[in-house]
Amino acid sequence: MTTVEETILSPIGKEGVGPNEFGYYGKFGGAYIPEMLHPNVEQLKTRYLEIMAEPSFQKEYQELLRDYVGRPTPLFFAQRLSKQFNSKIYLKREDLCHTGAHKINNTIGQILLAQKLGKKRIIAETGAGQHGVATATVCALKGMECVVYMGEVDIERQAPNVARMKMLGATVVPAKSGSRTLKDATNEAIRAWINEPVHTHYIIGSVVGPHPYPDMVARFQSVISEEMRWQLKEKTGAELPNQVVACVGGGSNAAGAFYHFINEPAVRLIAVEAAGHGINSGMSAATTQLGRAGVLHGSKSLVMQTEDGQVIEPHSISAGLDYPGIGPMHAHLFDCGRGTFLSVTDEDSLTAAFELAKLEGIIPALESAHAFSALKQMDLKEDDVTIVCLSGRGDKDLATYMRSMEQAPALKGV
Amino acid sequence: MTKIEELFKQKQQKVLNVYCTAGFPKLESTMEVMKALQDNGADLIELGMPYSDPLADGEVIQQSGAVALQNGMTISILFNQLEEMRPTIHVPVILMGYMNPVIQYGFENFCRKAAEVGIDGLILPDLPMYEYETEYREILERHQLNLIFLVTPETKDERLKRIDELSTGFLYAVSSSSTTGNNKDISEQEGYFKKLSDMNLTNPILVGFGIKDRETFEVACKYTNGAIIGSAYIKALGNGKDVNTATRDFLQTII
Repeated sequence: MTTVEETILSPIGKEGVGPNEFGYYGKFGGAYIPEMLHPNVEQLKTRYLEIMAEPSFQKEYQELLRDYVGRPTPLFFAQRLSKQFNSKIYLKREDLCHTGAHKINNTIGQILLAQKLGKKRIIAETGAGQHGVATATVCALKGMECVVYMGEVDIERQAPNVARMKMLGATVVPAKSGSRTLKDATNEAIRAWINEPVHTHYIIGSVVGPHPYPDMVARFQSVISEEMRWQLKEKTGAELPNQVVACVGGGSNAAGAFYHFINEPAVRLIAVEAAGHGINSGMSAATTQLGRAGVLHGSKSLVMQTEDGQVIEPHSISAGLDYPGIGPMHAHLFDCGRGTFLSVTDEDSLTAAFELAKLEGIIPALESAHAFSALKQMDLKEDDVTIVCLSGRGDKDLATYMRSMEQAPALKGV
Repeated sequence: MTKIEELFKQKQQKVLNVYCTAGFPKLESTMEVMKALQDNGADLIELGMPYSDPLADGEVIQQSGAVALQNGMTISILFNQLEEMRPTIHVPVILMGYMNPVIQYGFENFCRKAAEVGIDGLILPDLPMYEYETEYREILERHQLNLIFLVTPETKDERLKRIDELSTGFLYAVSSSSTTGNNKDISEQEGYFKKLSDMNLTNPILVGFGIKDRETFEVACKYTNGAIIGSAYIKALGNGKDVNTATRDFLQTII
């Protein structure tokens, strides 16, 4: 088992997986930010690795991951699911993390980092509210002021998470610009940071944003694949799985699930995007299929956009995958062929959620359900070992699941 | 020498740069607005290209961009409108916008076309120095376009000097840490403007963000070469008067 110190410091960059000193993964990444943000981003860039390597930081981070988040999360052999596919399928149970998803691995790390940087105030963006809740949670834990920007439309459709954030003491500010969803919440958070840069740290929730955010968030999430490796060894004796499957919106759980396998060419990395109503329906969020190279939220990556370069509002039933971009690391994995990118429609993800619930007694988040549905598109062999990152639990999606049962009870087996 | 450089040879004080959004208030307003600005005393025009995700802009300019996009404005349409810009518009014109639409148009194509219609410089707030030097500088120089960089009160001296070396035309000094159209008190920034002036930088300095009336314009001009007005003018344009009257009335309150 590698220690986290070794993990954090492991020179993953030298094999061309991590970013170079300017934040590029191949042609993607960088820091396309206005000068107003330069001091903050520069401070992060020069200090994040050093702070993350400090023994005092590591000690507190590890303790909180263990005692507060509940890590390590189990690697669970899904017997009935495996039987259905006549293969071997393991679930990485990020759904069992405190607050119900992997998002907190990152917010714990970033709040400790913000403290080390002497910041007094935290801002964050959120779509469905999972990252907002994870941020509000760690702010409560550390007694820091927390402001979460959330699209006006999302505030209406994610009322329980808005209530959670408020109960945790956070202020939820509606983003009223543009399409009033995650993309615009991110814009508003960035603008808020521009207006209040000195005492504020911006906790970005995914592997997006200007360098060093994609790398920093990937490192905080890399605990997922670090645990997968020793847990698989412990359970099966095998060093490596044949494939790792994870859903991708911005791509934070996938970045964490892939991290320690990127330099293992024997492991297939399967990223699952949200096809929405179908790739060519005009209602999709499958960025690698529909996007072109461009700049969004501070980095160069693949971006869904019009011919004129205006960013398109995507669609997915899953708010966590409803993003018109993708982290630059994933754009690079796609571009160089290291990652296999599949996509799953709204309807197929719903079906997979109901199947998993009945087969394994686990109600997954809609995001994670996309990853499960993708198993059907893969040619799984009997001896294959597949790990699916179960990134979050489905409590937050209950309203959608209830609607779905009303609309097509037979299909859902109820 | 670009028209911007010529302007600063002739005028070093109280240079007034006014921002307007292309395709606002109507798709066909672009030329009319620019003409009105020129006729009523603007020394320079900063023409904003609307974008869906303008990170550095406050609400007023965001909304003007959203209206322009609804009006159907695109970079191609804008370049068509600008075909007839010269010689009617004889003051320098700068295109301001964000990297993504420019990259989609093709950076080189964009610069070629901009130079063809008589644009003098660009402001691309999310173009980083590193990418500028390694990828874009040569293209801009080939098409004789100035690239105006932003500096802020938080920009450290060493970096400021480096930006001054890279910037051409003038330096855009953001008055305080904020997005455009803020209400921060600019008089508190006098010390910053004086510092800039004392640094003996290569480029002339124009102050922007938070300049909205004669008083703030005067504060900005005290130690620098002039100022840039954006949100306050866009607001004035949106108040229902015709473009000419709105522009005349507004600029009379400034100069």
